[in-house]
Amino acid sequence: MNLVEVRGLKVHFPIRRGLFFDRTIGHVKAVDGVDFDLEHGKTYGLVGESGCGKSTLGRAILRLIEPTAGSVIFDGVDIAGLQGEKLRKARKRMQMIFQDPLSSLDPRQNIESIITEGIDAHDLLDSRKQSRARIVELLEAVGLSAAALRRYPHEFSGGQRQRIGIARALAVEPDLIVADEPVSALDVSVQAQVVNLLEKLQDSLNLTFLVIAHDLAVVRHISDTVGVMYLGALVEEASSDDLYAEPLHPYTRSLMSAVPVPDPDVEDRRERILLPGDLPSPANPPSGCRFHTRCPWRQPERCDTEIPELRVLRPTHKVACHYAEQIEAGTIRPKSADEVAADQGVYVAATGGLDAKDLLDAGKDMPLPQQGF
Amino acid sequence: MAPLLEVENLSVTFGRKGTRKVQAVDGLTFTVANGQTVGLVGESGCGKSVTSLAIMGLLPSRGVTVSGDVRLEGRSLLGLPQRQLRDLRGSEMAMIFQDPLSSLNPVVPIGIQVTEVLVRHRKLKADAARKEAVDLLDRVGIPDPTRRLKEYPHQLSGGMRQRALIAMALACSPKLLLADEPTTALDVTIQAQILELLKALVVESGTALLMITHDLGVVAGLCDRVNVLYSGRVIESAERRELFGHGRHPYTAGLLASVPRLDSPRGAPLLPIRGSARDTIPWTEGCAFAPRCDNVIDACIGRPPELTDVDGSHQLRCCNPTTVRPVEVLG
Repeated sequence: MNLVEVRGLKVHFPIRRGLFFDRTIGHVKAVDGVDFDLEHGKTYGLVGESGCGKSTLGRAILRLIEPTAGSVIFDGVDIAGLQGEKLRKARKRMQMIFQDPLSSLDPRQNIESIITEGIDAHDLLDSRKQSRARIVELLEAVGLSAAALRRYPHEFSGGQRQRIGIARALAVEPDLIVADEPVSALDVSVQAQVVNLLEKLQDSLNLTFLVIAHDLAVVRHISDTVGVMYLGALVEEASSDDLYAEPLHPYTRSLMSAVPVPDPDVEDRRERILLPGDLPSPANPPSGCRFHTRCPWRQPERCDTEIPELRVLRPTHKVACHYAEQIEAGTIRPKSADEVAADQGVYVAATGGLDAKDLLDAGKDMPLPQQGF
Repeated sequence: MAPLLEVENLSVTFGRKGTRKVQAVDGLTFTVANGQTVGLVGESGCGKSVTSLAIMGLLPSRGVTVSGDVRLEGRSLLGLPQRQLRDLRGSEMAMIFQDPLSSLNPVVPIGIQVTEVLVRHRKLKADAARKEAVDLLDRVGIPDPTRRLKEYPHQLSGGMRQRALIAMALACSPKLLLADEPTTALDVTIQAQILELLKALVVESGTALLMITHDLGVVAGLCDRVNVLYSGRVIESAERRELFGHGRHPYTAGLLASVPRLDSPRGAPLLPIRGSARDTIPWTEGCAFAPRCDNVIDACIGRPPELTDVDGSHQLRCCNPTTVRPVEVLG
């Protein structure tokens, strides 16, 4: 059973220029026609590089960003069309966990006040006493003690703050939790604690997760189904095991070959599929297949002109590539990164100026600097 | 032959008189040989970045106490006056920082920033320096280098900026290159590009590389020798294969068991290390890792463990090392 069905979702941000007349001179197509389903009680992982639109997609599902087109059907109701009080009521059932646990907690509110806010807003409990008991229960569920109630966010470590963020999300008893980079700001030894906690909570509370992350190993570990995004569109979607065993889209292949593995033998044996250049600007995406400018398997004509549909190749495996079968069978050989770059005539680098990609990122997808491990 | 870089008993303490002192680096000892790639690995707060700044002489003088010794080709760096250090920085040793945007000057074109090094150290004339800069940018894989020279840092993408920084660092063919988390701010596909580039440049130019990172995966592919840091000290040091295959410190094993791996079967639970990096005790009172360690015994508390040779070049600072190979823990 599907809890959420996303159909044809688009989020376009206008690019405005001009001093007096705010002329719209183009659109950044952050999310450009995405379809997928979130199955009840399961975890859907969304991966992609910064600027691919994965965070925008997560926010658009919660209506934290207004979708430009398309529908988000949450348990039979189209959220994209809800207004006012109805939307507010619907929000009780979906919550979010943010990347940076310090900036997403109000530094001047104590933990009790932070967690009570959602409970009060939705009138879930009558008395202060009841809500106090509920908060203690929530804190214990995420591995913190009642002593945390009177303390403030700065008194906790990064991992503990993320636990508070999780407790806040759980306070209104949601069905869906969107977690945007939930562990990327944490030290490695602490990441595992939070990942394990999320899995435990999912089992005991039957939660549905949409996990957005750039770390492929973490996403694979936690997700049942994984979707790979490139420039605002899904290029591949498969069950976690299938995707990692047999990535079919050229982009997924190169992404996986790029992840360093802590094992010298694997590292020495591996052949990286290096992609030339950077992500093209989403304000002016390449024609045809969006990946054709960097693709080592690009074929003439068709890839440049015809947009590939996300098609079902196997029961649990969808891919948006014209030549997925041939690539899998090995009848098309990949070119090296240099050949691809030469093929395109110009090196596919980011264009100058504060371009759309910079506007779009504003750093929100990037792993936080300075946080080791 | 003496190693290129010797760091001996390096300690860095922050805090002025009267304030509580913070010991960031606590008796750190390691060496880097000519042309060798050495990794310094650890979690945030273990002192790895402070170590690199101390080697380069970039720590502020007020409120910081640095003791021990840092020698480059036998020459002690810690006592050197700033004037002489400036002659060494950029020519004998160079550094690449984590965030390429904040380490480039935003109001100066890339070309001037690259030629600056050449003019300062190799005394090149403007024309010759510009030619050399074009060559350098080309070598690090920046397309259309002549045009890029006139551009400002914000006009380059993240990967391109990091390439420009690498070009600046390599401009005078330094003997030692320090890279502090050079790929942490980049996407995986760009990270792969930069790592391949660093690997190729190190082989080509014979530069020794001190790689500072938190990512065990990056170390596994790049470094000859790995030093694992915890709370300002080396807790384990070994050749790359030895460390990943036969790492014996519970912290090393714990780190390897707590990261999910792309190539291992799915479904195995992650085994996190208890607590957080805050839960340490000072080294003077025993092993700093003891509060989080599963192997803790009485001998761990009271007396700090020494760094001892296990076999050959493998050194370990632990009273009760694990006997299980971390690889098997993962399986």
